[in-house]
Parts: sequence; structure tokens; C-alpha cells
Amino acid sequence: MVLELQKPRPIWQIMFSTHHTDVGLLYLITSLAFMFMGGALALLLRVELFSPGVQLIADSMTYNRIFTVHGTTLIFLFILPSASAFGNYLVPIMVRFKDMAYPKLNAVAFWMIPPAGALIWLGFADFTWYAYPTYSVVSAPGPAADMWIFGLKILGVSSILGSINFVVTIMKCKHPDLPLSKMPLLAWAYLTSSLITLVAVPTFAAALLMLLTDRLGASGFFNPAMGGDPIAYQHLFWFTFHPEVYILVIPAIGFMYEIFPRFSRKPIFSHGSGVAAFTLLTIVGFASWAHHMYATGMSFTEKTVFMVGTLAAVPASAMHTFNFLATMWGGRIKFATPIMWAVGGIALFFSAGAGGVVNSAMPLDFITHDSYWVVGHFHLFVMGTILFGTVGFVYYFFPYVTGRMYSEVLGKVHFILSFVGTVLVFFTQHILGLFGMPRRIYDYPAIPEWVQMNIIISIGAFIIGIGMAIFLWNLIWSSAKGKPADMDDPFGLGGKYYFPYQAKNPSH
Amino acid sequence: MSGHSTWPEWVYVGVVIALLCYVGAEAWNIERIVEHVPEDAEIIKVTGQQWLWTFEHEDGTKEIGELHVEKGKAYKFEITSKDVIHSFNIHDYVVLLDAVPGKINTVWFSPTEAGEFDIQCREYCGLIHYNMRGTLIVEDNGA
Repeated sequence: MVLELQKPRPIWQIMFSTHHTDVGLLYLITSLAFMFMGGALALLLRVELFSPGVQLIADSMTYNRIFTVHGTTLIFLFILPSASAFGNYLVPIMVRFKDMAYPKLNAVAFWMIPPAGALIWLGFADFTWYAYPTYSVVSAPGPAADMWIFGLKILGVSSILGSINFVVTIMKCKHPDLPLSKMPLLAWAYLTSSLITLVAVPTFAAALLMLLTDRLGASGFFNPAMGGDPIAYQHLFWFTFHPEVYILVIPAIGFMYEIFPRFSRKPIFSHGSGVAAFTLLTIVGFASWAHHMYATGMSFTEKTVFMVGTLAAVPASAMHTFNFLATMWGGRIKFATPIMWAVGGIALFFSAGAGGVVNSAMPLDFITHDSYWVVGHFHLFVMGTILFGTVGFVYYFFPYVTGRMYSEVLGKVHFILSFVGTVLVFFTQHILGLFGMPRRIYDYPAIPEWVQMNIIISIGAFIIGIGMAIFLWNLIWSSAKGKPADMDDPFGLGGKYYFPYQAKNPSH
Repeated sequence: MSGHSTWPEWVYVGVVIALLCYVGAEAWNIERIVEHVPEDAEIIKVTGQQWLWTFEHEDGTKEIGELHVEKGKAYKFEITSKDVIHSFNIHDYVVLLDAVPGKINTVWFSPTEAGEFDIQCREYCGLIHYNMRGTLIVEDNGA
């Protein structure tokens, strides 16, 4: 039974549990806490950039540390753990097994996250979330940089352990009556994203070790003064982190595959197409990493190869969007909060994808690279698609975890504020990038277009901030005082559509 | 699955692939043209360091923070860095290339308008990255 707040248990019972729903709950609470923390940092950045000159943050180093920790937190401490949270809850149920394959390993994977988060937050490094040498080797101040490296190292091991667990649970513990082809698409999302993790992440783990020994002066892999090559780090980094984009986005797409058919009261348009698109992304995601590096002085041939590899990933994403729309088409849609987030997520996913085609086209990349265009572009993915899918799923999941209903009105207000804010912030950032504003700058000259757009962006960010404050209130208040949910059909969809509650595993 | 027809999805995916092929081919062709450096381009050596740009013309004259060029001539930048990675950017002329220590990257441009344009660093390089700026001054010598 997972209704923690209806049948209170001492907190240590949850903390030291290895049951998949308990570990899932720990993941969920931790990741949401880090989401609010990372988001608060973004608001600080937007106050500083509201207009030229010093606003709030006294010096550029503090600003640089804030955007580094903002990015690191939201990618590694919010998005990855939140995906693991729902995976822990749902994958064993979806493959009809009593728990994850390795329950203790599962708990270990979770408990690596808090110390890693502590290292990142106590260190507060400044070298951006990708820590490029030679800056990170010769110039970034320690011990913050070293603490960041250790934090990321721990998180890398944690996500490898988690992925092994998902893959084994799905491939080896799946009920014999359930063929892979009939497995729900969300379980497919965990299978494919875990496989990507297992192939991609070890590369970055190696690069981090090399970075650390370089910083200690024991080696010179990336230090030209010792005969190394800083560009090699970028290849290792992006070999992990371009596929990482798919590790992050695939579970969010999986959430949408749960939400759309249920709230449209209609089966998924094509299960096969969803599986094919996930599988395609898993493979093609590895063919595009160096599109982040056109401006490092790559040859024409290299750029061409990686442009083709990047464009090849687009049809698979387009198949998902088509599948969502075709599922809704002709359905009896109930516009409760979860599907509103999912629909908003598709719109922003489409916009982000269209912008991505622009980035990948070689000549256009030299206009957009390292400008605010890129900031807007990837935030449309991580916020517009992944956060929207995840938050929609948090609302969908809320009655299952707490046994209570969230406030539907506040949920919708949260959605509207977030959608308007996201469009204001990240669409404007695209245009600001075309006007040439570089990313990661603490202050900027008073060019009229830049000033106007920065004001719009900051206002949009504050709107998102208000929405998130409402979200926090809704989560806390409703889990304590919300009205008890009808657990068989909390959304009033007609009985048979609320999946998570129908099958549950006993505690052990 | 439920017996409905799947041809709309095939048509849709086909249209997406056709659009992507067009974008890819066009990008390939344009990049091929813009990367072709004119033979009479003058070489300017650009060096980035924390946190300023230095320029050295073919005749040996050096400039710091400012770069004087003539309208209508072609210039080829040879870009490198003394310390960490920077990115040399003249946004108005779509000149953008990383300054990587231990490596020389080349890009060319030909100014078409006289006036002053911003030079900036577009790769994070530390404390004063935000103000690692310079000025491109294009002079019209009636050429």
C-alpha cells in the first residue's frame, strides 16, 4: 500500500525501505525539492538580467556559480530522479513483477543522490554545467570545481545502477504472458532510456576522471600546455550528453503516452509506431553528438555527417507528436489538469524540434551557437516538454500517492501561468539570440533591443515563478487537507481508466 | 491495432522526411559556398586571452580590443587562444569560431558596410566573460 499520508508511517520506515513504491516516493520528493531549488536560482538570474548594470548579484563569479548550479540541479537532480521516481512506481506493476529486480541496489541508487546534491550545492562551482577544459582545468576555482566533479561522478554511478535495474526488471522479470510488443509504452520508454544510459554515461564518467587528474596536474589529457587536446573532452562530453537529451525526454514522452489515451478515453493510435519511434531515437541519438561543436573548427565533412545524423532523429520525434494528436482525434477528451500539461507539452515539443532543425543546419548554427537562441531552444525541451510532461504526470499521480485530490482550479491556474510564462521566456530568448546576445553573461551593454527583450523574459520568468509557488502550495495543502479521492476513478473518467491503482504490490 | 488505417502517419512522416532532406541539402550547399575563402584574403591573426582580444595584421601592426579593416576587402581570421577556450564573434557579419589554445581555426569575412560593430566572446571563459568585448571598425577608403 502506498497511501503514505492517509496511513502515516514513521519516516524511517520509508527511508530504509527497499520496496519499489517507497523508493519511488523518495525519488519523487527529492526531485521535486530540487526542482523548486533550481527554479529559484533561475529567478535570481532573471532579476539580475532584468536590465543592464548590477541589480541583485554583486559580482560576476556569483552569477556564474548560480547558473552552473541551476543547470546541474535541474538536469541531474530534478529530471533524472523524477523519471526514476515514476519508473520505480510503475515499471514493476507494468511488467507484473513484485518489485524491481534488485530492490537493495535500487535503494542504493537513490541514496547516492542526496550526497551528490550536497556536494554540488555546497561547492557551488562556476564552470557551467558542461565544465569545458581548458577553463575547468587551469582556471576554475577549487574546491568547488572538484566537488562538482565528485558529485557528478556519484550521480553517474547512480543512474547506471538505476538503469541496470530497469533493464533487468523489464527483460528478465516480465511476466511470461506479457510479450514485449504488448508492454505499455511507458515501460518501453524506461527500457530504451535505460539502454541509452548504459551506453552513453560511462564515457562521461571516464572524462570526469580525466578532468580530475588534469586538475590535479597529474595528467594533461585536455591541457594543451601538456600536449593534450581540449576538444577531446567536448567529444567525450557530448557523446554522453547528446544521448542524454533522449534519456531525459523519452520518459516524459512515455508519461504523455499514459495521459493521452486515458483522458481521451480512447486507445493509443498506434502502439507499434510509439515503440518504433523510441527504438529509432535510441539508435539515432548516438549519431549526432558533435552538432554541439560546429564552432570548434570542425571540417566541412565532419559537420555534414553530424548534421545528417541530427536530422535523422527528427522523424522519430515527429512520429510521437502524430501519435498523440491522432490519439486525441475523435476522443471524448476530459480536459483535467494532467492532459492540459501534456497538450501544452506537445505544442512546445514541436516548437523546440522546429528550432532544433535550424540549429543543426550548418550555416544557421553559426548565427545561433552559444547565443540566447540555444538557451531558449533547449529550455523548450527541458522545460516545455520534459517538465510539462513530468508535472502533468505528478498531477495524474497525486491521488495514487496521497489518496487525496489536488485542487483542480489551482492546477489549471498553474498550467496557464506556466504555459504563458514559458512562451514569453523561451520564444523571446530565441529572438534575443538572433540579435546576438551571448549566453552565460552577467551583464550586457544597453542595446535597446536586448534591454526590451530581457525585460520581457524576466517578466515571463516571474510569471512561471508565481505558477510554481501555486504548485508548491497545491502539493503541500492538498496532500494534507485535500478532499479524499475516489481511488478507482479519481478523475471521473468512467471507471476503468485510472491505471496505477488497479494493480499494486504488497509491501515487504 | 484497432484496425484503423495508418496511411495518414506514413504521409506525415514522408512530408517531414522530405522537408528535412531539403533543409539538409540546402544547408550543405550554402555551407560549401561560404566556406570557400577568396584567394586575395588578407590574414589577421586573432588571439583571445582572459579577457581581451588582440589582433595582428599581415603588415605586423597589432591592435588590442579594436580591429580596423577596410570596406570591400576580404579578410581571413586565424584564431587561437593563449589560455582557455573563447569564441570569437562578430554577430553582424556572422563570424563565429572558437579560439582554442594549441589550435588555429580559420574563418573569413568581407565587410560590406562602413561603421562600428561589436566583437564579443561567446564561449564561457570565466570572471569577465560578460565583458570580453571589442569593436570592429570598418573604414570606407573609397575603394
